[in-house]
Amino acid sequence: MQPFTKLSGIAAALPLPNIDTDQIIPARFLKTIKRTGLGSALFYAMRYRADGSEDPDFILNKEPWRQAQILIAGPNFGCGSSREHAPWALCDFGIRCIIAPEFADIFYNNCFKNGILPIKLPQAVCDVLAEDAMLGANARLTVDLDRQVVVRPNGEEIRFEIDPFRKRCLLEGLDDIALTLAHADKIAAYEARRRTAEPWALG
Amino acid sequence: MADGARPRTLFDKIWDAHVVERLADGTAILYIDRHLVHEVTSPQAFEGLRLAGRRPRRPNLTFAVADHNVPTSDRSAGIEEPESRLQVETLERNVAEFGITYFALNDSRQGIVHVVGPEQGITLPGLTIVCGDSHTSTHGAFGALAFGIGTSEVEHVLATQTLLQKPAKNMLIEVNGRLGFGCTAKDVVLAIIRRIGTAGATGHVIEYAGEVIRNLDMAGRMTICNMSIEAGARAGLIAPDETTFTWLKGRPYAPKGEVWDRAVAYWRTLPSDAGAQYDSRIVLDASDIAPLVTWGTSPEDVVPITDVVPDPDREPTEARRAAKRRMLDYMGLTPGTPMQDIRIDVVFIGSCTNSRIEDLRAAAAVVNGRKVADGVRAMVVPGSGLVKQQAEREGLDRIFKEAGFEWREAGCSMCLGMNPDQLKPGQRCASTSNRNFEGRQGPGGRTHLMSPAMAAAAAVTGRLADVRELVAH
Ligand code: SF4
Repeated sequence: MQPFTKLSGIAAALPLPNIDTDQIIPARFLKTIKRTGLGSALFYAMRYRADGSEDPDFILNKEPWRQAQILIAGPNFGCGSSREHAPWALCDFGIRCIIAPEFADIFYNNCFKNGILPIKLPQAVCDVLAEDAMLGANARLTVDLDRQVVVRPNGEEIRFEIDPFRKRCLLEGLDDIALTLAHADKIAAYEARRRTAEPWALG
Repeated sequence: MADGARPRTLFDKIWDAHVVERLADGTAILYIDRHLVHEVTSPQAFEGLRLAGRRPRRPNLTFAVADHNVPTSDRSAGIEEPESRLQVETLERNVAEFGITYFALNDSRQGIVHVVGPEQGITLPGLTIVCGDSHTSTHGAFGALAFGIGTSEVEHVLATQTLLQKPAKNMLIEVNGRLGFGCTAKDVVLAIIRRIGTAGATGHVIEYAGEVIRNLDMAGRMTICNMSIEAGARAGLIAPDETTFTWLKGRPYAPKGEVWDRAVAYWRTLPSDAGAQYDSRIVLDASDIAPLVTWGTSPEDVVPITDVVPDPDREPTEARRAAKRRMLDYMGLTPGTPMQDIRIDVVFIGSCTNSRIEDLRAAAAVVNGRKVADGVRAMVVPGSGLVKQQAEREGLDRIFKEAGFEWREAGCSMCLGMNPDQLKPGQRCASTSNRNFEGRQGPGGRTHLMSPAMAAAAAVTGRLADVRELVAH
């Protein structure tokens, strides 16, 4: 997984509540056996008109937000299906950090597996960052994971909380599976115990 | 409960029994007992395994079936659509290479993964169950801790038979009293989501309890746990009881003989202890629940069928007013319109929420002797091949077909519109599925969620209708 350390970039505001994963990437784009190339389908229904042309009013179709690497989103972002195609599409588009008042659990989890940093901040703070984002190229936000701060264009620093384990995995780009496999003996011992106590459980 | 031990919830007990190892900051390596796999969220996981030169740790604990992307018309000639065919063929190659049990497309056991798991007795109380699909919460109806995961985690489970997890918070939702005439499990869960909102249970596992839940059959319990995710919950749980054990006994993958008896004895220890602590508690009275329908594009936008389309101006904040106006615009609805005046184009009876035999019986009881309204396309998509066979034995297929319904093969179908079963832009659907998101059933399609009986009532009247006016009390 690509590590996430520090990011300085353009932020786009999409402050609607309950943006579900069907809106992030509709089901018909999931007919793939790859993780890549999904960026063009990101926010498909909002981004394109019925004839397939870009909707010039949609934020990610405007300069400079076409280059956005940070998304300021609304409450319950990423609700709905567990499709990891949602973070894959965001990542493929270039979004590496999402800031929202609240995320749906599975989406939140999926972000970390793909080097995307989801940051929870109160609605009022998100509102301020959304205003910054509207300033476009003149207003880059900086996200420093190590120090756990978002730096506003005016230099003000906003602290955010993150689970220490997830922070380390992101900073170092760790492979979860390798990490778990280091405990293979413990897993084997657990299975042996369960097999005796609950013979039906392990099939 | 051991003397002096802290009283625990059902969730606490299952969690504690599955922690292999606690890592420094409280993250647990959690053992996973059953892993269900389908064609859409697994190809990249198997590919990852292959690239890293890894093998599944316990292939016998993983079960695969194709459901999301499969056609529900005649499949004897295979899958016509090339991308869907490739996904199913990829799954077939992967299960063969890694030695995983697979219910093939032409096998009567094929169906929606959350219908198949319980039906086969793969789902059992006290187990941890995961699948790359958010409605894995369905299996919580059996008192199993079951939740949806992303594709990276599918790979993690294949390689290690575990997940890295933090414990969830406990939420208790009690539904007391007795359900009124015409009200079903679907109305109960819609009432819950209406009450707590789509993020109401974020970070929590919901345990459903109370007289109404106790009196529900397994199909109803599955309907409720299924939509826990629509309330934002990680999982839903219902304590296993005699209803659960009777339903599971004799299922192909359920334990047999002496092992069954031991299992039941263990399962009886699972219900929450008296005095167990919950982080939050919600109480609903069944007498407040009427047949419900959704009007917007979020599952919390619910009103009784006797009500009218709500007015966005009544919302407390400008952001909410704007969101609701956007929904009405998408749904093509005007505030104040009686819900029963809303005409529909399509009826979909299916999905992992409501495609079991009990659901089809409820719909058929309303349809019996009536015709689908002019201009309405109505379809029934059974949850599995076995559900379909059972319905045919009971003659339900004839009731539906004579009324003008399409009687289709098992799969997810118009629940998510990945196969050819899609709404056309602007079409309005009475649906027994679980999500009314924009474009969920096809680009520009408009979805109203409701129970199977209510969807049947919509089919025969051509509008959203109150089922209580169509059937004898
Ligand atoms: S029926 Fe619908 S909700 Fe259920 S698994 Fe299939 S797509 Fe998901």
